[in-house]
Amino acid sequence: MSATTNFTRFVEVGRVVLLNDGPFSGRIAVIAEIIDQNRAIIDGPNTDVPRQSYPFKHLTLTGLKLTGLPRGAGSGIIKKVSEKEALLEKWDKSSWAQKREATKKRRALTDFERFTVLVQKKQRRDVVRKAVAKA
Amino acid sequence: MARSKEIVPGVGRLSRSQVFAKRGLFKGQKTNPTPAAQTPAEFVEKTVGGDKNGGKRLVPVAKAPRFYPAEDVRQPKKSRKAPKPAGLRASITPGTVLILLAGRFRGKRVVFLKQLDSGLLLVTGPYKVNGVPLRRVNQAYVIATSTKIDVASLKLDEKFNDSYFAKAPSKQSVSAEEEFFSEGAPKSKEAYPATKAADQKEVDKAVIAAIKGTELLGKYLKASWGLSKGQFPHILAF
Repeated sequence: MSATTNFTRFVEVGRVVLLNDGPFSGRIAVIAEIIDQNRAIIDGPNTDVPRQSYPFKHLTLTGLKLTGLPRGAGSGIIKKVSEKEALLEKWDKSSWAQKREATKKRRALTDFERFTVLVQKKQRRDVVRKAVAKA
Repeated sequence: MARSKEIVPGVGRLSRSQVFAKRGLFKGQKTNPTPAAQTPAEFVEKTVGGDKNGGKRLVPVAKAPRFYPAEDVRQPKKSRKAPKPAGLRASITPGTVLILLAGRFRGKRVVFLKQLDSGLLLVTGPYKVNGVPLRRVNQAYVIATSTKIDVASLKLDEKFNDSYFAKAPSKQSVSAEEEFFSEGAPKSKEAYPATKAADQKEVDKAVIAAIKGTELLGKYLKASWGLSKGQFPHILAF
């Protein structure tokens, strides 16, 4: 875009978005076409998100983008391009996705597992403190 | 009065026979297998003196009241419903670790053994691990965790029923003075019954053996449970 802006994530065809609401919340999809200021057509053939109109209020723009995606591309082309550009691998590797995964895992812990984490954190703290005191 | 909705308090929309028909009782009238206990005789025959009195007379056993009550007092309706003991929550099975939420041991994690006839849960700490003895708790004041301890090897004696935990009947009419003091000095505490201590040990043996099989499990049972900032029990997974 214009060279004078500080923004790097734009609403544009090919932009990868994270869905925050609705039945597909938590998955990523690609903007295929912009409808208006409030909505875009999104499609996620690799993440089982059907092609649909989605309000910008319910999604977050990510730093990822499919390059060379034509405007209004169908599911087949989006799938092909995102596989070629290894979109899912890039997303799973990002610290954002990993943090989300960790949070999800931590939320699902049982009472006993939470206690185990508590004990293990204590043990780690102990090792670190002793090492620091030595240094 | 589910079928016969009340028109005004005490008067149903349907008559007794209409309710009978609606409930379909005629389909299989229940027969009472145990005959009613012999009702005591209402009258006794007494000999009466005097020529014109017939010699004998039936006299009611219970004397009728001399006066009718001046005001009508409504008789409360007798309920034929008896409370049933609560069913066991599906998440609670023998060996489940429970978190106690009320009472003297609130916050403790204990092991569930079985449900008693009264619906209360029989739990143990085990006593050696966290100081909770064999105890009855109400399942409403308990969080069931998904942690299970294998207590299949534990054979619970039949004697662990509700009466096992019942309080011994207290001696009547003891003054507070006599209750706590003897000869001016405070009474020494009664020792914990040796049989109960032995029972506790016997039951806990299998439970403790099972606990030792898993790392940190003993420590987990010993630690008490609580909520920290930003934790909400309805969101947490147990």
